[in-house]
Amino acid sequence: MDYLGKDIFSIHESLVNGDITAEELTRQTIENAKKNDEDINAFVVFDEENAIKQAQEIDKAGIDPDNVLSGIPVAMKDNMLTKGVLTSAGSKMLSNFKPIIDGTAVAKMKEAGTINIGKTNMDEFAMGGSTETSFHGKTKNPWNLDKVPGGSSGGAAAAVAAGDVLVSLGSDTGGSIRQPASFNGIVGMKPTYGRVSRWGLIAFASSLDQIGPLTRTVKDNAVVLNAIAGKDEHDMTSSNKEVPDFTANIDKGVKGMKIALPKEYLGEGVDKDVQDAILAAADKYRELGATVEEVSLPNSKYGVAAYYIIAPSEASSNLQRFDGIRYGYRAQDAKNLEELYVKSRSQGFGDEVKRRIMVGTYSLSAGFFDAYFKKAAEVRTLIIDDFKNVFQDYDVILTPTAPTPAYSLKDEKDPITMYMNDILTIPVNMAGLPGMSVPAGFSDGLPIGMQLIGKPFDESTLYQAAYAFEQNTDFHKQDPKMGGAQ
Amino acid sequence: MNFETTIGLEVHVELKTNSKIFSPSPVQYGVDPNLNTNVIDWGYPGVLPSTNKGVVKSGIMAALALHAEVEKHPHFDRKNYFYPDNPKAYQITQKDTPDAHDGWIEIEVDGKKKKIGIEEMHIEEDAGKNTHGNKFSYVDLNRQGTPLIEIVSKPDIASPDEAYAYLEALRERILFTGISDVKMEEGSMRVDVNVSIRPYGQKEFGTKVELKNLNSFNYVRKGLAYEEKRQQRVIMSGGEIQQETRRFDETTGKTILMRVKEGADDYRYFPEPDLPALDITDAWINEINDSMPEMPASRRQRYVNEFGLKDYDAMVLTQTKEMADFFDAMIKLGADPKMASNYLQVNVNAYLNDEQKDLSETEITPENLSTMIKLIEDGTISSKMAKKVFKGITEGKEPKKFVEDNGMVQLSDPAQLQPIIDEVLSNNPQSVEDFHNGKDRAIGFLVGQIMKQTRGKANPQVVNKLLMASINK
Repeated sequence: MDYLGKDIFSIHESLVNGDITAEELTRQTIENAKKNDEDINAFVVFDEENAIKQAQEIDKAGIDPDNVLSGIPVAMKDNMLTKGVLTSAGSKMLSNFKPIIDGTAVAKMKEAGTINIGKTNMDEFAMGGSTETSFHGKTKNPWNLDKVPGGSSGGAAAAVAAGDVLVSLGSDTGGSIRQPASFNGIVGMKPTYGRVSRWGLIAFASSLDQIGPLTRTVKDNAVVLNAIAGKDEHDMTSSNKEVPDFTANIDKGVKGMKIALPKEYLGEGVDKDVQDAILAAADKYRELGATVEEVSLPNSKYGVAAYYIIAPSEASSNLQRFDGIRYGYRAQDAKNLEELYVKSRSQGFGDEVKRRIMVGTYSLSAGFFDAYFKKAAEVRTLIIDDFKNVFQDYDVILTPTAPTPAYSLKDEKDPITMYMNDILTIPVNMAGLPGMSVPAGFSDGLPIGMQLIGKPFDESTLYQAAYAFEQNTDFHKQDPKMGGAQ
Repeated sequence: MNFETTIGLEVHVELKTNSKIFSPSPVQYGVDPNLNTNVIDWGYPGVLPSTNKGVVKSGIMAALALHAEVEKHPHFDRKNYFYPDNPKAYQITQKDTPDAHDGWIEIEVDGKKKKIGIEEMHIEEDAGKNTHGNKFSYVDLNRQGTPLIEIVSKPDIASPDEAYAYLEALRERILFTGISDVKMEEGSMRVDVNVSIRPYGQKEFGTKVELKNLNSFNYVRKGLAYEEKRQQRVIMSGGEIQQETRRFDETTGKTILMRVKEGADDYRYFPEPDLPALDITDAWINEINDSMPEMPASRRQRYVNEFGLKDYDAMVLTQTKEMADFFDAMIKLGADPKMASNYLQVNVNAYLNDEQKDLSETEITPENLSTMIKLIEDGTISSKMAKKVFKGITEGKEPKKFVEDNGMVQLSDPAQLQPIIDEVLSNNPQSVEDFHNGKDRAIGFLVGQIMKQTRGKANPQVVNKLLMASINK
């Protein structure tokens, strides 16, 4: 059983009609995902036992015909706490960590009747854009096994693209849902900061992290966000803004909608094919009755620099708790406390994580704080103001999701080049805005994603714009070949 | 050379809240290690703190008690350091925007009053506790996340005696807000001390020395006095004060070098991203202000000026908030202030001492004690009888009922007393004659006879009055 060409609604119908039971569906889903994983390595671990038990319970209670998520198999990124199931955040440091609680998003998905079949691969502690820094090996792009799936939610995106599952939850700190969605030709939403509770998400950068869904279609995505959004008493940064039904206005079209096309997002460093795809998308929107106009977001170009101070600073503090004392990896040959700290952390963390801890530690140090962290925070305010200005006149901003399609697994990559790959997604996190990636073209058989950015807590308009585009294009209907480029 | 001393005090006050500052775990001591902990206290991956609103309220109460300006939009900061009793490897505290700033309290030393400034006060979480032994080290996180307020003085304290007076005044004011027990012996009040000296006239402060292990106000005073002299000796002999930490030795009364400070620790403070800045409204501050308990100094003034109590009595009554509240409640119930003060200081305090109890742990209530005083005032019972009644009160008995049940009502009715007096007079003509011959002592004998006849119930004042009238007829 694979999910190519299917969506939540069609599977729901099969479940309601009794064409397949939740248990059968779950078994076949896991079987197919395991087979695909021989090629793409999207999963860190499968939770077959619990998944089947849960499916049996759902079958026993009966599929809820009014709840499209009832009995739908899903996957969770490996940095989301799942009770009793390995949650390693892609790191050796937590390679033995089985949490005693479910995170809020995981729990809400369970309450909604979905069945978690396993944990998806990711860059270590979500630090990276290619899922190459995982302790569990690299994940491959189902469209071309020689290419990266993007990251850090690379496993989550590859699993959905390959048809392993219809839905996976990822996390996005600087583009970690949208960029892999773009590289895998699927839909990925990073909701407004505070829309989804972060309780139970292993923190990377607390002021930027946000959980969101990766799906094959726009409407599926909205359905899942309905299930996980909302205020959580456990997360003081979660918002008590009312959660609308994100599917309610999804088919209202874009007639009269004002779409902004920031020129800085289509400039140097963005592939020609990507630029063309976005310009074509702009034309498509005009054709559908929207106004599309060029605007300027002049401070976005400082986003990467500011981000790579703020995110590592917060990360350096968040990751200090991994010290070998309580849980996770502990070095065995330490002779005293200091050695225990140094050795456990030196052996437990990978290079990219160490690099960011060092950058963050430096940025927060006395004497450097003002020049780095504080300055970056000021830049962040400028970026927020830029967006505010544009949103006074526009409903949605349209940009590429990433400057390029998926790049090669083999290429030597220097950190700065890798960081620049996030240049188009980072400003959205810095401003706490909702952003999503939607399939918008192909380049040499590799998907291209377009990014739609919305006003705070206005995911509804994003879904509306994305749905209109999806319903009038065929990009999402193509399936990956699961083969090499040669 | 003459020196002036500058003392800085950082006082940690542990708040008496039901739950911890950022987690729902109970704040409670004497339980098994790690019993009062949850995932937040463990610094578990993926968990987040939630601010206890009660702690914020306590912070505002402390600020108001210390005349400090409340910060309207305080946020929390992270103070980063590794230690096993610090499970997140950062402490959530306030650095940029302390809960309150620029306060003051008044102290009195040798009859001279002085205002000591308070630089700032902030809310933070306490760490857990490490213990060592048995080849292992153990971490107990029961204390982790216990709410604290740190109160930092301005460099206004100029002598060990002033330091002592400051701590007393601070303790007393915090105690009366009810937010903490402020007991040094139990660790709910902890004091970090630093002291420097400089020649009179020198503008810059001298090099600071930090003192540790000062576990009572007295030790603070003693340690400072020793340190003041030591630093003077060092400078007078041409030496230089090092920036160092010294330990106070309780047995010798001296301070001993622990370590010399090399550079400042770098805690890499930054704003806590998991907790949005708080919004403290004026309405909330006003509401708290309106419900603030009256401070002890103001109560003492009132007791002296309005009730005519002596300074000493006012001081004793305000030793604890419980006692002062009890006294105020009795006054409100109409008890005579002086009598109330006497009974509290003598009978009640003696009882508390004997029983080793706090007032709240006893059966004594302001209502019952006030009733007893009224019974004395209106002559229903004698002060001798009151002793029995007080015992009844400590057993939870209502005084009026107790007096009735025990047949203790004083005979004050002249109609009932007169026949008895007449009888005693006619039975003791010799005494009557003695009286008329100027022997006043005879009266005492006659009163004694009357009391005997009434088994002690006769009201002495009424008896006296009636007896004098009868005998002089």
